[in-house]
Amino acid sequence: MLELKNINYSVFEEGKEKQILKDVNLKIEDKKITVITGQNGSGKSTLIKLIMGLELATSGKIIYNGQDITKLDTAYRANNGFTLAFQQPVKFKGLTVKDLLDTASRKESNVPNACEYLSMVGLCARDYLNRPLDDTLSGGELKRIELAIALAKGGDVFLFDEPEAGIDLWSFDALINIFKKLKGKTVIIVSHQQKILDISDNILILSPSRPLEYGPKQKLLNRIKKYENCGRLNGGKNE
Amino acid sequence: MNKVDKELLTQITNLHEVPQGIYNIRKNGESIGRHSDSEVEIISKTDKSGIDITVQANVKNRSIHIPVIVTMGGFNDLVYNDFYIGENAEIIIVAGCGIHNTSNNPSSHNGIHTFHLGKGSKVKYIEKHLGIGKQETGKILNPITKIYMDETSEFEMETFQLGGVTYSNRVTTARLKAKAKLNITEKILTTENQTAITRFTANLIGANSSINIISRSVAKNQSKQKFLSNIIGKNECFGHVECDGILLDNATIESTPKILAKDVNARLVHEAAIGKIAGDQILKLKTLGLTNEEAEELIIRGYLK
Repeated sequence: MLELKNINYSVFEEGKEKQILKDVNLKIEDKKITVITGQNGSGKSTLIKLIMGLELATSGKIIYNGQDITKLDTAYRANNGFTLAFQQPVKFKGLTVKDLLDTASRKESNVPNACEYLSMVGLCARDYLNRPLDDTLSGGELKRIELAIALAKGGDVFLFDEPEAGIDLWSFDALINIFKKLKGKTVIIVSHQQKILDISDNILILSPSRPLEYGPKQKLLNRIKKYENCGRLNGGKNE
Repeated sequence: MNKVDKELLTQITNLHEVPQGIYNIRKNGESIGRHSDSEVEIISKTDKSGIDITVQANVKNRSIHIPVIVTMGGFNDLVYNDFYIGENAEIIIVAGCGIHNTSNNPSSHNGIHTFHLGKGSKVKYIEKHLGIGKQETGKILNPITKIYMDETSEFEMETFQLGGVTYSNRVTTARLKAKAKLNITEKILTTENQTAITRFTANLIGANSSINIISRSVAKNQSKQKFLSNIIGKNECFGHVECDGILLDNATIESTPKILAKDVNARLVHEAAIGKIAGDQILKLKTLGLTNEEAEELIIRGYLK
């Protein structure tokens, strides 16, 4: 069970404190798909980063399976079941797809075993395994590889920050199938896409002006319809 | 060859034994092994230390290994190697120098390599430099490479400084005739108080000649690196220089890529970027379970691969 207790997160902008997340109290249901949605600046990506330890909460606690992980390092969390696919994949001069797959899976990748993950994102291991993760790959290719790396790493809690960004419509069904295959894992996805909301078990709506709402999909989809005119489909600063 | 010789040889040429085919192994200023034939001939110079290597026209798929090892402290080696590549010949040349110095006296190797490429010939030249032994004792390498390229010839040069070299001053000059193509990749790692200087000068005199230089360097601790390049376009030609440096600790990297176009149809580009390892790269690798140190090591290993 992943539990967030009284989480607050603030940043300083131009000398003023700006609160991104306020009093977040949440128990994320285990082994279910939770989709986080919400309007601009509501703190969706921030929440993912706090769970992964890429940012530290200003106050509050994050409890995972009874352990307080609030201040634990990202690498510790990664080695204890947390896996994150970045919204914007990171490029590396010199490192290849194979290097990252090897690091993620802790084993030597070859065409047959890399194929297991790369084919899930619609890429052929033979063509991509030795490609450098740099500007020679398109944004869509980098995004798919980012997802494959997360799958190769494995884990118990998967965090996906806007996995659909940069993925063409042709690949969308394949993306949905990835989430379906993660059945039995705790999957948390930041997304605005209806197709992704449709496969969720639970939805979390974040808003800068209202308390968060978290619950079963059907109940929350009705709430979203109510807010539809208030900009739910608009993304944050990186979207 | 003893154990140290073999270790040096392995590191600079990836060979575990004396190579098959054409080779000349130089140790402490003397040739300790050589094989050549009528297609690829190696002859000792008579006026100074060094060899002339002549590759006959139209010879294909041959390789030449000419590694140098220096294992004596206080030894200063100077060698002149001249390569004459016949028209349309295609050849791979593996060179490089390893210095093993456990004494308190600095050792140096000054290798002056001159290449004369005939029309239509293709050369791949791989050069690795390495220093091992007592850390603070000088292991100095000053390679000079002169490349004269006739029409439509191609030269691909990969040069690596793998570590342990306390001082290097690498000078490369090239002169390209029409449709000649030169690709240079340089990778340099410096640590401690080491200094590495690289100077490239290329004259693109022939129409449609082209040069592409990619330099990637990592400077750690208090080490210093300097990169200077000067590409001169005197005809319709293309030149591209890319110099990337990763800085750690208190190291410094200075980059001066100069381009000079003397013809309205010359297209010359330079790019230079120096900085620490990008924070998002470290974070990405931490999300895969690596510590800061492991992430840094992997990034550098990939960068210099």
